[in-house]
Amino acid sequence: MEFAELIKTATVESVLLSGAGLPPVRGTLCITSHHLLLSSRPGGDGAPGTVELWLLIRNVDAVEKRLAGSSGTITLRCKDLKVLQLEIPGMEECLNVASSIEALSSVDSVMMMYPFFYRPQDLRLEAGWHLFPLEQYYQQIATQTSQWRLSGVNRDFAACPTYPPAVIVPAAVDDEALRKAARFRQGGRFPVLSYYHQKNGTVMLRSSQPLTGPNRKRCREDELLLGTVLDEGERGFIIDTRSAQAAKQARMTGGGTEPKSSYPRWKRLHRPLERGRPLQESFIKLVDACNDTSLTMDRWLSRLESCRWLSHVKAALSTACLAAQCLDREEACVLVHGAEGTDTTLLVTALAQLILDPGCRTLAGFQGLLEREWIEAGHPFHLRCARSAYSHARLKQEAPLFLLFLDCVWQLGRQFPFSLEFGERLLLTLFDNAYASSYGTFLGNNEKERCLCKVKESTHSLWAWLNQPEEKRKYLNPLYSRNALVIWPSVEPQSIQLWQGLFFRWIRSSKYLDEAWAEIQRLVENDDTSVEESAGNRRSQSLSDTAAQTENER
Amino acid sequence: MEHIRTTKVEQVKLLDRFSTSNKSLTGTLYLTATHLLFIESSQRETWILHHHIAAVEKLPLTTSGCPLVIQCKNFRIVHFVVPRERDCHDIYNSLLQLSRTAQYDELYAFSYNPKQNSSEQVKGWQLIDLAEEYKRMGVPNANWQLSDANRDYKICETYPKELYVPRTASKPIIVGSSKFRSKGRFPVLSYYHKDKEAAICRCSQPLSGFSARCLEDEHMLQAISKANPSNRFMYVMDTRPKLNAMANRAAGKGYENEDNYSNIRFQFVGIENIHVMRSSLQKLLEVSGTKGLSVNDFLSGLENSGWLRHIKAVLDAAVFLVKAIAVESASVLVHCSDGWDRTSQVCSLGALLLDSYYRTIKGFMVLIEKDWISFGHKFSDRCCQLDGDPKEISPVFTQFLESVWNLTEQFPQGFEYNEAFLLQIHEHVHSCQFGNFLGNCQKEREELKFKEKTYSLWPFLLQEQKKYQNPLYNPDFSPELTLLEPNTVSFNFKFWRNMYHQFDRSMHPRQSVLDLIMNMSEQNKQMEKDIKELEAKIKRKNSQSDAVLVKEPLQSAPPAPMALKTSPCFKKEQPLMPVNDSVRTIEGSNTADNRYSEFMEEFSKAEPAVVSLEYGMARMTC
Repeated sequence: MEFAELIKTATVESVLLSGAGLPPVRGTLCITSHHLLLSSRPGGDGAPGTVELWLLIRNVDAVEKRLAGSSGTITLRCKDLKVLQLEIPGMEECLNVASSIEALSSVDSVMMMYPFFYRPQDLRLEAGWHLFPLEQYYQQIATQTSQWRLSGVNRDFAACPTYPPAVIVPAAVDDEALRKAARFRQGGRFPVLSYYHQKNGTVMLRSSQPLTGPNRKRCREDELLLGTVLDEGERGFIIDTRSAQAAKQARMTGGGTEPKSSYPRWKRLHRPLERGRPLQESFIKLVDACNDTSLTMDRWLSRLESCRWLSHVKAALSTACLAAQCLDREEACVLVHGAEGTDTTLLVTALAQLILDPGCRTLAGFQGLLEREWIEAGHPFHLRCARSAYSHARLKQEAPLFLLFLDCVWQLGRQFPFSLEFGERLLLTLFDNAYASSYGTFLGNNEKERCLCKVKESTHSLWAWLNQPEEKRKYLNPLYSRNALVIWPSVEPQSIQLWQGLFFRWIRSSKYLDEAWAEIQRLVENDDTSVEESAGNRRSQSLSDTAAQTENER
Repeated sequence: MEHIRTTKVEQVKLLDRFSTSNKSLTGTLYLTATHLLFIESSQRETWILHHHIAAVEKLPLTTSGCPLVIQCKNFRIVHFVVPRERDCHDIYNSLLQLSRTAQYDELYAFSYNPKQNSSEQVKGWQLIDLAEEYKRMGVPNANWQLSDANRDYKICETYPKELYVPRTASKPIIVGSSKFRSKGRFPVLSYYHKDKEAAICRCSQPLSGFSARCLEDEHMLQAISKANPSNRFMYVMDTRPKLNAMANRAAGKGYENEDNYSNIRFQFVGIENIHVMRSSLQKLLEVSGTKGLSVNDFLSGLENSGWLRHIKAVLDAAVFLVKAIAVESASVLVHCSDGWDRTSQVCSLGALLLDSYYRTIKGFMVLIEKDWISFGHKFSDRCCQLDGDPKEISPVFTQFLESVWNLTEQFPQGFEYNEAFLLQIHEHVHSCQFGNFLGNCQKEREELKFKEKTYSLWPFLLQEQKKYQNPLYNPDFSPELTLLEPNTVSFNFKFWRNMYHQFDRSMHPRQSVLDLIMNMSEQNKQMEKDIKELEAKIKRKNSQSDAVLVKEPLQSAPPAPMALKTSPCFKKEQPLMPVNDSVRTIEGSNTADNRYSEFMEEFSKAEPAVVSLEYGMARMTC
């Protein structure tokens, strides 16, 4: 396929661009294989144009056209939730532009995506791809215990097509047993180590559902694998992210859950989390409500309620807290799974780690977490993020699990503003890049696909770009100071907020909030040189002051 | 003291409001003449002023004792369990008596003694001088003058003595107009905008009925519009819903007929009355007080309460007023029914948006003194200071504070004061500890000699103003905008967690950015002071000893504080609370999902070694 075949009109003069809170600007529109450009010519025809728009066509979620007389208006609704309007003179041009954008934005082949063509000068292709090898993570565990080993059973993706080549498994279980256990789990996703809690040596495992089926099949190797995780007399928890009923029903289609009889030392807890289509619909409804700024208070609140997005945030955080609580307070091992083990499972395991492990709360640690628990763990980004909230296309497998995760991280950042090394801006950038990117990091659905497409060889890594000193500075939280403790969030509805920075990013002006944030940054940076630890004591004093606030009428 | 039968009860349990597990703190309950005091075994104290108590409820006896629930006007809710029913009954009856006061001189303000001498007391009351404030606005001037018509509160009992009116409004016009206005509250100046030469005026509804007219009142309005050389048209804002205003006509009251008044534009803005507001707040509190609340129940409860809708209506009205003045340079006359509730809200918020002075600590005090206290917002009735008609209670002033809080959220750099300032004012509006908010109007305050017998709140707040300063405040913030133009789109209004859950600490963010910044700037000031002292010391030394010797330390002196940076890691997040402090426990965080502890029960039975999944012991970092 040639991109040129899809481009019916490459340039149109005198197009009026408006939207996203900027004054309308007229200029020349160009369509290239991957970008939509608009440049204005302030100094007459001879002067070089100013580029007003540089939009990755992959970012376009929906194209709407409206014709009026001899001209037409195209509304571009982007995956990052931005909305742009192009007023194009000439009906035919308008139709051509619209259909070109539509065709280019729906190219579905991974190898045709922009990251394969993007060659920035100041980055090396291989940089950033091997920053967080699982081997390194394993080495950390190996210094604490010898109960775990790094297995190459999936070296050729034979045992599990959605797992990475290397996985961490109990040392006592050999590869042959792993292969058999894999056959007993949906998609071959046998239980593997997700997180080792250094404080007490407990672990969090993840997998997919067991294939017990209607006949209550058993698998000795799977039982053995989970059995060896627990020491003599220990008990563990299985957190199933489906309701008890849904888990039971899954038996009819060959799935199911671990019966007590065959896993007597594991206690099953059901915490239903929404995923798939209902979650995508929740996202669509929320964005729809946010975009309607004419809503009365009652309508706004009722639509915020009926979209259920904040309920999903609360449920995800609560379940992650439960997992973290089992590990940290109960000192018990945990296995997390839903059905496929690629969506809500990863949401819970990644969030729990962020709550428990200060290492994950640094910029590098967070990238490592994303790499390990989302990308390598096989969250199908290509399917889940194919379309965003505006698309009119029939929903296939889209679901904003990753966005939900980012939202939960944002909530943690709101409740613990000093505990995350990165700020909101990183979360926004990750959201944008998960849906449309110049980098290969979120391409494909799993390591096997990325291997086949040679993603690591032919595209640039987002991390390489983010970690350049100049870029990195923008994503750091100036208030950060390492907090070695577990950060337990409040999950009361009164404590959970709508993520305005994302959902209203293009809708309301954030000028005053941005200025205030810049001021905080300035104050902190000026201060960093002069503050020493007594600040901590003073702060504690001010906290008890507020506690005493009501007592001052004595 | 005759109401107090039991002064001390031991082994009382204090339950956590949101915990589903019956976790509690044990301590001793003391009853004093002014406060209810609970001292935990860890010596932590909870003081509750009797005046703050809105309701006391005795719940049915349980195995562990007799539960006593106290709801406070500052939205604190405490749940005690008293071991013996007899004691509980005594405390209950005492509190019922003590929280209801029949006379002003029984209020706390009359026994409160902050150890000031009488000249300090007088000076405290003189801190806010409204004559000075009108001068600041630029009146009297060619068009506006001070009228002595209400010198002895003869024309209007609920207005202050000093009133500013248009120069062309003669005494007969004033008297005539006041007779045509409910409670005699005729149109007077509330705020004068120097640059636009436009005025915010306030009054009560006209006694127009279905057809009555009053020439003096028509002249009065004409005088107001003529006092504005920039725009002869003026707006008349009736802040009530149209239906309410029309219903008033049947009672001989109502609203202005545009045909009878020249050059006016009449506008309804639809803020609901005190009764609607009271029940709205009640609904809001019911929802926010529910244990184990789901997000959807919270949002639908928030919607059903209508509370945020009312806050938005108030702020929308203020924005409408501000546009008339700032864009059209038109004067605006604001009224509702009696002109002391919604009118106070809209006039004061309008002025706050127009004039950055009211966004300073001192200016905000002035604003409250002017539009609320002096113009007769009935604080005593609305806040139930004396035992009276429960139908008169209404959170009108709370709504004003909440509207201001919403503005501070939208303009983080626009206000000199912070949220704590608003909360503290709210606290004292109900505490009856200071004289400012006692009574319903100035006349009453004068007759009862409040200024001689009580203290003013403002000097105390100014004294500790460090606590109330917004560290991000930038007086030059957007200099082109002394005018604030808030965006009143629905999603900008948020539930004010720090007000309604002020005492439910587990719900709040565990780390506060503003506190940190405040401490930092505090510390910087201290360091600058230290540097200056050091420099001075060196200079002194310098002059004493050989100049050559001291030259070096002189140069190195200024960066000296940097050397203090002994540890590169600024410990922003060390555990700040003592270990036994329950305030920072995580308990709140699991209450909503605390339903995730129930699974432990059966499991624990099978395996006694497993500790029950109680979250309560998790200590917060900060």
